[in-house]
Amino acid sequence: MTLSRRTFIKSIAGGAGLALGGSAAAGHGTFHGYPDSNAILHDTTRCVGCRSCEAACNSVNGLPAPERPFTDTSVLDDKRSTDEKTFTVVNRYEVEKEPGKKVAYFRKVQCNHCLEPCCASVCFVKAFKKTPEGPVLYDPSVCVGCRYCLLACPFYALTYEYDNPLEPQVVRCTMCYPRIKEGKLPGCVEACPMGALTYGKRDELLLIARERIQKDPDRYVNYIYGEHEVGGQSWLHLSAVPFEDLGLPSLTTRPAPELTSGALSLVPVVVGTWPVLLTGIYAINKRKDKIAEQEQSDAVAQAEARTRDEMKQKMDTAAEKAKQDKQKAVETAVKKALAEEAKKQEKDPKEGEVE
Amino acid sequence: MTATDAQSGVKRPIFTAFNVITTLIVILGLYLTYRRFTGGLGAVSNLTHKNPWGIWIGFDLLTGVALAAGGYVTAAGVYIFGMKRYHSAVRPALLTAFLGYFFVVIALLFDVGRPWRLPYPFIMQQGTTSIMFEVALCVSLYLTVLFLEFTPIPLEWLGWKKVRGLAIKLTLTLTILGVVLSTMHQSSLGAMFLIAPTKLHPLWYSPYIPVFFFVSSIAAGLSMVIFESSLSRRIFSHKMDATHREEGDAVVLGFGKAAALVLAAYFVLKLVGVAHGDHWHLLGTPYGAWFLVEILGFVLLPCFLYSVGVRDRNTVLIRWTSAITVLGIVLNRLNVSLICFNWNLPADERYSPHWMEVGITLFVVTLFLLVFRFIVTRMPVFHEHPEFKESH
Repeated sequence: MTLSRRTFIKSIAGGAGLALGGSAAAGHGTFHGYPDSNAILHDTTRCVGCRSCEAACNSVNGLPAPERPFTDTSVLDDKRSTDEKTFTVVNRYEVEKEPGKKVAYFRKVQCNHCLEPCCASVCFVKAFKKTPEGPVLYDPSVCVGCRYCLLACPFYALTYEYDNPLEPQVVRCTMCYPRIKEGKLPGCVEACPMGALTYGKRDELLLIARERIQKDPDRYVNYIYGEHEVGGQSWLHLSAVPFEDLGLPSLTTRPAPELTSGALSLVPVVVGTWPVLLTGIYAINKRKDKIAEQEQSDAVAQAEARTRDEMKQKMDTAAEKAKQDKQKAVETAVKKALAEEAKKQEKDPKEGEVE
Repeated sequence: MTATDAQSGVKRPIFTAFNVITTLIVILGLYLTYRRFTGGLGAVSNLTHKNPWGIWIGFDLLTGVALAAGGYVTAAGVYIFGMKRYHSAVRPALLTAFLGYFFVVIALLFDVGRPWRLPYPFIMQQGTTSIMFEVALCVSLYLTVLFLEFTPIPLEWLGWKKVRGLAIKLTLTLTILGVVLSTMHQSSLGAMFLIAPTKLHPLWYSPYIPVFFFVSSIAAGLSMVIFESSLSRRIFSHKMDATHREEGDAVVLGFGKAAALVLAAYFVLKLVGVAHGDHWHLLGTPYGAWFLVEILGFVLLPCFLYSVGVRDRNTVLIRWTSAITVLGIVLNRLNVSLICFNWNLPADERYSPHWMEVGITLFVVTLFLLVFRFIVTRMPVFHEHPEFKESH
């Protein structure tokens, strides 16, 4: 144990800046974490609930002193959660391992520093960043305070400064990033008297965890919690009982960004197809209207023409009739005049000769 | 509102019940605003680390945006799908949508920790993997679109003919843009919950949740237009012109018919959701009963009542049904965001709103009503402006 820890410290000191290159975790394909990134193995079978880690965390992070001292283990009677002044807590879980026999197990609770963090994937200002060293870091200088990260985290590991009116921040364990950079161990790991916490390269910690399970299969559940949960974490857990009994949720192995990438991939589809489709529908409707209008005006024109023709015909007949009437009238008038003339001549033949 | 009414010349009393109540709410709201920005979110809300979102998100944002869907639904129906006989419904719907979105943003100013940083996602760093980035982008763009769609109303009131002419020319473009943006953010509001499969009850969690949110927003928009017209015709009847009153019943019948169809589709989709997750056995649990209340009482029932109302040309029934549908949308959004969210947590860790949160929500809703009333009593919303008749 001590040996491996020393090795790890050395490797950190030597290669702290080694993996700084390389770009972010988002994107397609499978991401198995940064190579050589660091992690912490929490062997809950070794934890006795002494709260040394809590005290160390409080002091290295300069957090306010708690109401009850860290030596008071009666706080373990309640299930506690982290808050904006407490980055880590230890909880006791009474588990019925055999019928009628309850055994107490302890688990340290803090941010698990996912390899593909939900908080980072849902943040609309990219305030969270998974560092190649292991810790997930938060940048308060861009945070808007929407608290979507708190909602998204499957471990309820993030907290918010609800009582800060002007500059509230998201608060959580940083895996002691500043100390890691200095080549020191995280506060909690350094303080643990039971060897329940081991810091080192994630790949090596996985080997150690497997080795412990293999060597003592009765002591452990054959599973490393955090190896694959939502893509894996930088905190790995070993346990003697099912992990759900220790308050760790049963999660899928799919990294969180995969849950939303499907919905996001529909954006270009909507942007690409809707305008074309809608303009088409508009054009069809406009054309329908236009055709209807055209048909209407055609019909009107036709009706007008028909009326005009009828009128003309009527007029023509009327004119014809008038013409005929006039002719008849003229003829009658002529006949009449001739007849009168004839009568006159009969009466006065001389007059007619003169003319 | 206390001054003489320009058109009717009638002096209205100052101490009406409406004025007294709204004044009290506004005073309370201003006090709560002071408390919020001096004491922090903790001073006025029951929000916790485990329940970071309360009614300001569940009601003001999620429900507010869904109920403001009448804007894009009506504009699309009239300007794109050619249903010109509903033209008189466009302006009230657009006004409601614009004010709705505007006050959603106002409500967000209370909710987010540092509201003055709201433009940060656009100007500082773009978190493009976040559904919320899409929501923020779409909502801000759509608010701009709605503002432009709304401008002919005040421009006619002011008599600025040239600018109004320009705004009118943009109608089709803006309508299409409105549908595109609404499709995206209405669905994305649901997609925001895709990240939390272990926290949202499986009957409400579904990979189809974006589709549920989008389809139900159409039903919400249609029902809200009917519901609101029913209220307006009692309150602002003197502001309505003959066209608006005559088209009123046709709008109710037409929109009721559409809502019946959309609700039927939504009901089927919800069943597909249950089938997809194979969650039938959960229907027998208490949460299952609650789920059945939602989809039978507030989806299938209004679907049926709308159909009967349309068949019998019973506008009274349709108007009441719209109220049921609107309630159903409220219920669904609250279920997803609050009631069935964190369902696994022990009872003492669950969220229920602080009275001050309710107070601020009431304050924002009241501001909406006041601005709405200010506009419809002065500007050409329920009637056409005499100088601009037949010109749109």
